[in-house]
Amino acid sequence: MTDRNSSLSPLDLETPEKPFLDANELVINMGPQHPATHGVLRVILRLDGEKVLGLECVIGYLHRGVEKIGEHRTYTMFNPYVDRMDYVAAVSNGLGYCETVEKLLNVEAPPRAQHVRVILTELNRIASHQLWLGTHALDIGAITPLFYTFRDREEILKIYEKYCGARLTTHAFRIGGLQYETYNGFEKEVKNFLDFFRPKIDEYEELLTTNRIWVERTKNIGVISGKDCIALGVTGPVLRASGVKWDLRRAQPYANYKDFDFDIPTGQNGDTYDRYLVRMAEMRQSVRIIQQAVDALPEGPIMAKVPKVMKPAAGEVYHSIEAPKGELGYFIVSDGSTQPYRVRVRPPSFVNLQALDVMCRGQLVADVIAVIGTLDIVLGEVDR
Amino acid sequence: MTEIIQYIQSYLGSDQTPGVAGNMFWALVYIMLVFAGLSVAVIAMNWLERKILAHMQVRLGPMRVGPHGLLQPIADAIKLLLKEDIMPAEADGFVFWVAPFIVVLAAFTVFVVVPFGPTHAITDMNIGILFMLGVSSLSVLGIVMAGWASNSHYPLIGALRSSAQMVSYEVAMGLAVVSAVLMTSLNAEGTGTLSMIGIVQAQQAQGEWFIFKFFPLGLIAFFIFAVAMVAETNRAPFDLAEAESELTAGFHTEYSGFRWSLFFLAEYSAMIAVSSIAVTLWLGGWLRPFPNLLHNATWDLVFSLFPGVTFLLFAAMCFYNAVRMPKHPLFRIQTIGLAGFGAVLGLIGLLLFVPAVSLRVQDVFWFAAKVAGFMYLYIWYRGTFPRYRFDQLMQMGWKVLLPMGLGVLILTASVALLQQRIWHP
Repeated sequence: MTDRNSSLSPLDLETPEKPFLDANELVINMGPQHPATHGVLRVILRLDGEKVLGLECVIGYLHRGVEKIGEHRTYTMFNPYVDRMDYVAAVSNGLGYCETVEKLLNVEAPPRAQHVRVILTELNRIASHQLWLGTHALDIGAITPLFYTFRDREEILKIYEKYCGARLTTHAFRIGGLQYETYNGFEKEVKNFLDFFRPKIDEYEELLTTNRIWVERTKNIGVISGKDCIALGVTGPVLRASGVKWDLRRAQPYANYKDFDFDIPTGQNGDTYDRYLVRMAEMRQSVRIIQQAVDALPEGPIMAKVPKVMKPAAGEVYHSIEAPKGELGYFIVSDGSTQPYRVRVRPPSFVNLQALDVMCRGQLVADVIAVIGTLDIVLGEVDR
Repeated sequence: MTEIIQYIQSYLGSDQTPGVAGNMFWALVYIMLVFAGLSVAVIAMNWLERKILAHMQVRLGPMRVGPHGLLQPIADAIKLLLKEDIMPAEADGFVFWVAPFIVVLAAFTVFVVVPFGPTHAITDMNIGILFMLGVSSLSVLGIVMAGWASNSHYPLIGALRSSAQMVSYEVAMGLAVVSAVLMTSLNAEGTGTLSMIGIVQAQQAQGEWFIFKFFPLGLIAFFIFAVAMVAETNRAPFDLAEAESELTAGFHTEYSGFRWSLFFLAEYSAMIAVSSIAVTLWLGGWLRPFPNLLHNATWDLVFSLFPGVTFLLFAAMCFYNAVRMPKHPLFRIQTIGLAGFGAVLGLIGLLLFVPAVSLRVQDVFWFAAKVAGFMYLYIWYRGTFPRYRFDQLMQMGWKVLLPMGLGVLILTASVALLQQRIWHP
């Protein structure tokens, strides 16, 4: 399906050694409507039979101009918009934005707010990884894990719903702390969830980790070295699975992550299987962090002293957090008015997606699906 | 008219066993019975697959159309028949039109030789198993035609995958079948048979299902066949040809409505067909369990109660669920419907206790029960396994199953020879 009317440049992929008769090449358009591209990603594949010679990602089908909208809203008004970028990890987006503006305003959220933020963000990390696991397994053909993960994700969403009324795009945090005090029984429910969830991770792993077909489908697929990851700016579990121990929660502690004890799981081979293991281990670490945070939840105020009308001094700030998918950074330029002069988001999915070509070359069509799944992209965040 | 009646009567009075070639009248009756039974089985299978898979995946499955979604397959069938029949403008019209028929034809024709009982078969060919393998592999032709005629990339890749897969698994399958056929020759005369009825009768004569013969050789051959048959029918974990997440729907991406439902029909009927080959060759076909160990009159009586008891259990399930239905006026019709369905099943169950009836349907019951076991396995696989990749699948076919099949064949032949020449000269 060569796209004759497209204004895109023809696939500028390095030409392989030309065979005598070049009848084997097939250009396939995967997406933007395709069951396995996790949204509206369009991938143009150049195939030799089933072997991928190269691919090109076409993005922008979900572009809503979030960054531009930011220039016309006040700092407070822009807060809910960031939830719509990575909608499966909306809480992390909110945390990143709020912390960036706090940095700009030179305020710090009180300890109780910090703790609640960590609890909600780590719950969100679990929810995001659950969604990744379900859809990734579904792409590879295992349909059952999806329903298990969604069943358990529901418990997290229930906590969100009780806390702030929304389940997906939560808008849970405010600049300077939290808007809502936790509801009665919040701690107990979070603890109950942790006890409920620990055996569930084993249940997921039971289905997949030692499954022969799963291992064959993921081992040595989409291999990327740590060096390539750094060169391409790839972050998050993908980077850690390639053996680079880089986690912003440790490297540049934000919120109050430095108070908690947790490990940074890493892999060695940088293949799809390692990325799977890293994310599974991250869910366990998140459980550990939440347990510590909820056990030591301090009393006190939930909002710092923040002016009603925010007018940060002119200047610029960059702040990044470790979102479930990698480094989520906000670069905000202030001109001293109530609205940011420029908001630039460094979304992990967008940057990670450029590794797709490197990871897929020489693999088969079925592996492209596996690699898209393992990159854990959300198109809302890629296109913004 | 009188001639026709005389013609029929001449068959009714004859001592030719029904199903044996030559008895045209009974053959026609059986064709209708088998076709109707198969259609019902496909409908039931549709519902069961969705229900069982749903329960494996902690959900309920169809619940709205009829009590516990019992009428869902019928609703689906109506929907499919009413759908617009789209033929892509660039498609090769005739090939596109004829492909689903070839697939359906191949899937249904194989039932000509399937023995549901010693006398319950449309016909008995002396090359029965060969016919079955040959005709069932014709379906690959339809799939390739469908993929080619669609004139679209995904179906083309799907068809290529499918043909490569079916061709490579046919070989391993054939070797496994040959080793079972070899076992039929272990009698005094040393004559084997390819007839489906003959194969089961050989198991009866030897007092052993071939799955247990020369343990573990029979078991390995059965295992090879069991893997190959899943690959042959394009079902999970070998459903590459219609890999939903990769090729949207594989070879039938461009098909819709009735044509699509023909592919669907063929898939399920092919599943039943290969399962019945496996049952016939290794699990003793229509023979009841433990034919040689527990064979006095008491045990015969106990086993003859099984069909009735099974249907009564189904009926009990229906009644139990009818009682559990919400006590709300909106659910009254569903409750009554479910209870009525249970009553019908219960009546059938009671009817099956009548010795004259149970004697005649026992064979069919055991055959159907064994095939149902395979159907459950198919659903179970689908709920458990991820999908194999194309090259891994081929690797397994050629590098694992084929050598295994050859080895089993050689070992079976050697052991059989030793048994005939040395141990029982």
